[in-house]
Amino acid sequence: MKRQIFATAAMAGLLLAACGDDSTTSSDTTPAAESTAAPADTVAAAVGTDAAACAAGKTLAADSLTIATGDPAFPPYVIDDKPESGEGFESAVALAVAKELGFEGDAVKWVRTSFDTAVAGSDSNNDFNLQQFTINDDRKLVVSFSDPYYTANQAVLGYVDGPGKDVTKLSDLKSLRLGAAAGTTSLQFILDVIKPDAEPFAFNSNADAKTALDNDQIDAIVTDLPTGLYISAVEIEGTKVFGQFPIDAGGAGDQWGLLLSKDNPLTECTNIALANLTASGELAAITDKWMGEWTQAPTLSKD
Amino acid sequence: MTNDEGAGNLSAPSRVAARPTRRDEWLRRQRRKAASIAVVSTVATFGALTWLITTSSGWSKVKTIFFNADRFKQDFPEILGYLWVDVKLFLQTAPFILLWGMAIALCRNTRNPVLFPLRAFAAIYTDFFRGVPIILTIYLVGFGIPKLGLLHGDFHVLWFGGSWNSPYLWGPIALVLAYSAYVAEVFRSGIEGVHESQRAGARSLGLSHSQTMRHVVIPQAARRVVPPLMNDFLSLQKDVALLSVLGIIEVFRRATSIKDLTGNFTPLVAAAVIFLALTIPETRLVDWYTNRQRRRTGGSQVV
Repeated sequence: MKRQIFATAAMAGLLLAACGDDSTTSSDTTPAAESTAAPADTVAAAVGTDAAACAAGKTLAADSLTIATGDPAFPPYVIDDKPESGEGFESAVALAVAKELGFEGDAVKWVRTSFDTAVAGSDSNNDFNLQQFTINDDRKLVVSFSDPYYTANQAVLGYVDGPGKDVTKLSDLKSLRLGAAAGTTSLQFILDVIKPDAEPFAFNSNADAKTALDNDQIDAIVTDLPTGLYISAVEIEGTKVFGQFPIDAGGAGDQWGLLLSKDNPLTECTNIALANLTASGELAAITDKWMGEWTQAPTLSKD
Repeated sequence: MTNDEGAGNLSAPSRVAARPTRRDEWLRRQRRKAASIAVVSTVATFGALTWLITTSSGWSKVKTIFFNADRFKQDFPEILGYLWVDVKLFLQTAPFILLWGMAIALCRNTRNPVLFPLRAFAAIYTDFFRGVPIILTIYLVGFGIPKLGLLHGDFHVLWFGGSWNSPYLWGPIALVLAYSAYVAEVFRSGIEGVHESQRAGARSLGLSHSQTMRHVVIPQAARRVVPPLMNDFLSLQKDVALLSVLGIIEVFRRATSIKDLTGNFTPLVAAAVIFLALTIPETRLVDWYTNRQRRRTGGSQVV
């Protein structure tokens, strides 16, 4: 039993370590750092890998778990705005975490909150909230986050019939005129990892990058996957995300965590749940299914 | 001219090997006195400023955020690698500014009533481009003209080549449009600064308007406009950094990208150092030329 815990912890550690530069700040806040009550190994010894035991008595209502998401919630995070269905990335993650915490079926209740009130820490109607909340230090002053359930990959986006449509591997991108928003990990990714033959462009904002793409001034935009999906689905008609880069290619972007009220004791239970889901491979499977297959953004090979 | 730079400069020109007069002696004493006062004043001023800055409460923060030695060592070579982009853009732009600026100035200086539209055009042109902030001109030309979709594919003219929509083409064009308005005004003031009697003399000798311009007015005007022109080009050397809004990665853009990623402003200081290293020699050159010009045209100095 105990060895399994160590394996789980090690896996979680590896996952965090693999997330590149940006994660160093958030990996400081592993469960041990966030739980003020007891040292990590005491907690582990007390509850084992049983997130359900940890969660007992820590939820708003004893017999149910209340999860919040956005209104409306949209694909690929929630399909058809029906989070209870388990269809969609965040819906599936939420239900998997709930199951680990010991809640299934009718015991899981959904509520809707706005993004802004949630990050301001002014919601009290839910146990945890998920709608692509990026973990950052400013927000941690007023709310608590679980460990990340998702780290945004870099992705490449362009017109469906544009020069980037046939890319399958990273080196295919070398010959393209690439653009990114300045001051982002995406630009650093272009300069450090893709190293294109033509001069890359760094724009003031994603809006400028989109204009340049529309003007045929660049062939493709590099951005993180969620932004890319949003641009292609909502902002520029006729574009698609050609692919995403494997996380070990570098350039990892934002990390998303479950958002809980400040110092909520349930935080450490969700961390145990996420660690279990990571260890079992279930989280990876969910991520692949919804952020890969469903979005039709294949993972590009590294060479 | 055989004018030596020393004390004899201010007395009557080139009195060869003359014994220093009492006036020369007096002048030398005055200069020495002035120099020592200057040294004391400088030391006092900088001493006071240094004391004020280093004892301020935020100085330690400023030191780590703006003058971080480690970051400087790391970022300076990276940023310096983009200096060539700025120099190249400058060299590509400057000759066209001279030509187009001269053309506008000549349009404005026409006297034939038939050519009134040219005069009107030149007046409106200079009003417009001097009135619009350069950065807006760059934005509107650089993103707006390619947006028209009139041009596709690549062009090749002499050793220039590239995409018709490239920011490397429209950025410099925007700079030429804006700067030639200023340069045209410099030319115009130079032309109008040539005394009317020169024109009258030339015309009375039977030269036509264009002959008068070519042989009498322009040669005299050209010499007058060099210092203000050099001033404008100095400013152009820095303003090429504005082309970064079109996505061009050059010194300033690279520095701000690193600043955004790291939250440290030292790369901006590094960029400032690079621009200074470029412009200070140019400034000295302008000063030297202006002084020489003044001596040549017989302006005298008052101590």
